[in-house]
Amino acid sequence: MHPIQNKLTMSKFSLKINGKTLEVDVDDSTPMLWVLRDHLNLVGTKYGCGIAQCGACTVHLGDNAIRSCQLPVSSVGDQEITTIEGLSENGDHPVQKAWLEIDVPQCGYCQAGQIMSATALLKRNPSPSDEEIETAMNGNICRCGTYVRIKKAIKMAVSETQNA
Amino acid sequence: MTTVKTKIGRRSFIKSSALAGGGMVLGFSWLASCKMSAEEVNQLPKEWFKINGYLRIADNGQVTILSPNPEGGQNVKTSMPMIVADELGVDWKDVIVEQAPLDTAAFTLQFLGGSQSIRRGWEGLRMAGASAKAMLIAAAAQDWQVPSEEISARKGILTHTESDKSASYGEMASAAATMKVPEEVQLKEIKDFTIIGTSQKNVDGHKIVTGKPLFGVDTYKEGMLTAMIVTPPAFGLKLKSIDDSEAKNMPGIQSIFTIEVFNDDYEKAFFDTRTFNEVAVIVGNSTWEVMNAKKALKIDCEPIEGITETRNRFGRKWEEYTPGGLESTAKHYAEMEAIASKKATVKRRDGHPENAFKNAAKVLEATYTAPFLAHNCMEPMNFFADVSDNKALLIGPLQKPELTEQTLSARLGIPIENIEIQMTRLGGGYGRRSYAHWLVEAALISQKMKAPVKLVYSREDDMTNGIYRPSYRATYRAALDANNNLIGFHVKTGGIPQSPLHENRFPAGAVENYLAEDWTIDTNLTVGSFRAPSSNFIACAEQSFLDEVAEATGKDPIDFRLELLERAQHNPVGENNDYEAHRYAGVLKLVKEKSNWSNRDSVARGVAAYFCHNSYAAQVLDLTWENNEPVVQKVTCAIDCGIVVNPDAATNLAEGGIVDGIGNALYGEISFKDGVPDQQNFDTYRMIRMREAPKEIDVHFVESDIHPTGLGEPSFPPIFAALANAMYKATGKRAYKQPFLKERELLG
Repeated sequence: MHPIQNKLTMSKFSLKINGKTLEVDVDDSTPMLWVLRDHLNLVGTKYGCGIAQCGACTVHLGDNAIRSCQLPVSSVGDQEITTIEGLSENGDHPVQKAWLEIDVPQCGYCQAGQIMSATALLKRNPSPSDEEIETAMNGNICRCGTYVRIKKAIKMAVSETQNA
Repeated sequence: MTTVKTKIGRRSFIKSSALAGGGMVLGFSWLASCKMSAEEVNQLPKEWFKINGYLRIADNGQVTILSPNPEGGQNVKTSMPMIVADELGVDWKDVIVEQAPLDTAAFTLQFLGGSQSIRRGWEGLRMAGASAKAMLIAAAAQDWQVPSEEISARKGILTHTESDKSASYGEMASAAATMKVPEEVQLKEIKDFTIIGTSQKNVDGHKIVTGKPLFGVDTYKEGMLTAMIVTPPAFGLKLKSIDDSEAKNMPGIQSIFTIEVFNDDYEKAFFDTRTFNEVAVIVGNSTWEVMNAKKALKIDCEPIEGITETRNRFGRKWEEYTPGGLESTAKHYAEMEAIASKKATVKRRDGHPENAFKNAAKVLEATYTAPFLAHNCMEPMNFFADVSDNKALLIGPLQKPELTEQTLSARLGIPIENIEIQMTRLGGGYGRRSYAHWLVEAALISQKMKAPVKLVYSREDDMTNGIYRPSYRATYRAALDANNNLIGFHVKTGGIPQSPLHENRFPAGAVENYLAEDWTIDTNLTVGSFRAPSSNFIACAEQSFLDEVAEATGKDPIDFRLELLERAQHNPVGENNDYEAHRYAGVLKLVKEKSNWSNRDSVARGVAAYFCHNSYAAQVLDLTWENNEPVVQKVTCAIDCGIVVNPDAATNLAEGGIVDGIGNALYGEISFKDGVPDQQNFDTYRMIRMREAPKEIDVHFVESDIHPTGLGEPSFPPIFAALANAMYKATGKRAYKQPFLKERELLG
């Protein structure tokens, strides 16, 4: 948990997000999740728990999937951040296409986080085993219970990429 | 064809077509941002014509269908318009779907709950499409001066073969909008459906995978403030005072105050349940600033007194008692055990159950318990409100907009016609968003601030301000004669504070001597509907017990159930048995075949079946036991929900119910100590994760011509028991207490 911030320290930050440089003027402790949602109008990244337990807020920091609710804006520096909005130009990343083909979502709320975890996995491991998929995706909760389809979609994205 | 009177939803057709008049021109300035060729731009609709409350047709033949009910993952936003489109006679690719606003004059039952959207909407949706088609045909008949019976309408084209005339729906839309609404319409024969019964993708799929704003919490408006609540830390307490000296001076904080959700003299309706009536509110500029101030706000609380309130369930009134005191889970279980040995309310008695048990060669008895559960929708409770003098605009996710609108009108003193509720996609519902007290809270906050406000619950607020699934206990007894025939059956069950008993469900009707009785215990924990209310517990207890009885009789668990259903079908005991035995048997037979049931060599297999929300489901679960953990290898599921509108989406929903059920059975629990929830976030509230989900799920639907029935809930209740029965096969131990893995850990 974050300590109580009696006096917030406002600073200007220049952030590299989805290939653009974006400026915000926020308190140093503000998690990237709220910078994205409240200040940059990038609402695809979702709030689910605020304690890095559910994965709804997953974004990429460089090539790694991280929980943006635990990433203070002041720690980002000039590292590149990618959100669901910046994953591909037209929603045509192989993982997004597989998600649509398998028709994964039910309510859909957790799916941006699921997709960001899955894409980071495939970047570092282009052909993961079932167990590797389960390990990489274990931080993402879906109450609707779409896990079987998520796994199927990841495997489809793997085979599409390999056949391409 | 079936001819029906256009009585359901007729108000909407008349009102809307009267409104339609000429053409309705929409602005298309947004096109400037799209890259399109001149040809593509030429093909875009220039004018839209409102045919009735459900649909508009453009001059280019595109059709916009409004989906009336809230979408929370059950796929109605896709499947309800599919029904309209099929009767209208258009290609699905020409259809654009929009979420309808709350409009009680135009639509009936804009409601998410009880798996009823498709079942209740079926006739009205078909009529909306069929009557629009009839109006298009009438317009063509008038234009061409030919009899309307000679005109065919399919794939968006009107054709009169004899005179070799044809026109697209788009060309006739303007004239059709002025046609009289037909008194009667012809509906398609089931065999003629072209869209219903085909798998169509989620209409919001692309927006979901690209992170577009779809959910209530994604609402951001000019000048909008963010609000959060602070409530007492324990059930049984209420606010006494707040100390905002530190919090109010924190950056970005605008105002701190308290609100009362309902007035003291307000007679609460069924869905007006509220955990804490008075809550502290912090309003500020951004979420993070408000979250910080929330930690700095100090509150002082005092115990509540026991109180009796009159509540109103759609006109039927009842007295609800809420006791004072700080409750604990250990005490709850002790109280349930104590009351279970006392006299209960008899709900059904067939034959002479006492004699059957007295004369039995063998009596089996087992007791099952289950904890309170939190809904844990992934999108925490939230709502946007913009309330000015005598007008209110509300935007967000909720399940019962029509009822909430009435509640809000009463609380704000604003007439219903001045309240506009816009429904966003729900980031999960499962019953929780039926209790829309947070909408009332958001409106009160906006009214006080004289500004647009978005109220957002933190995950902790969401979990600790729950309208929980009740805690339950059930004791089952079975009497067997010397030949192992089931001659007596007894269920005695209850819950805190509701009973899960459905006395007329199976095996009622299949056993000569039958007794069903129940009891309840009051609580100050707030409870309400949770995916398949009460069935989500009693199915597990009943179907686990039947497994035990089948074993005691030496019979195969599926054959044993089929024998009972045979009796219920051909020679039923008693009256009011609320299931169709042959359909119940049908899903068991289908799952037996599809799971290759006779093959039970390499895995532990459990079976269960249940009927609720008008649909039947049977499941076989295959389990291995590895490193002292259950590994669900496969679930085979058979469902009879009548006609399946969108098969792949229906399969997805059934898969979800199965995964969700396994998760809740193994891990789900919210427990209390002195009124304080032990679990307040996902670090302690254990949700199922991918690793624990079945490796494979195989769903089959019974082919049927029966009008569609519920699907969001029926796959959920039986899986608890299929899992328990498979765990018994794997470990030799029966699972009586949910969550199952907690019991295993306690036993070591």
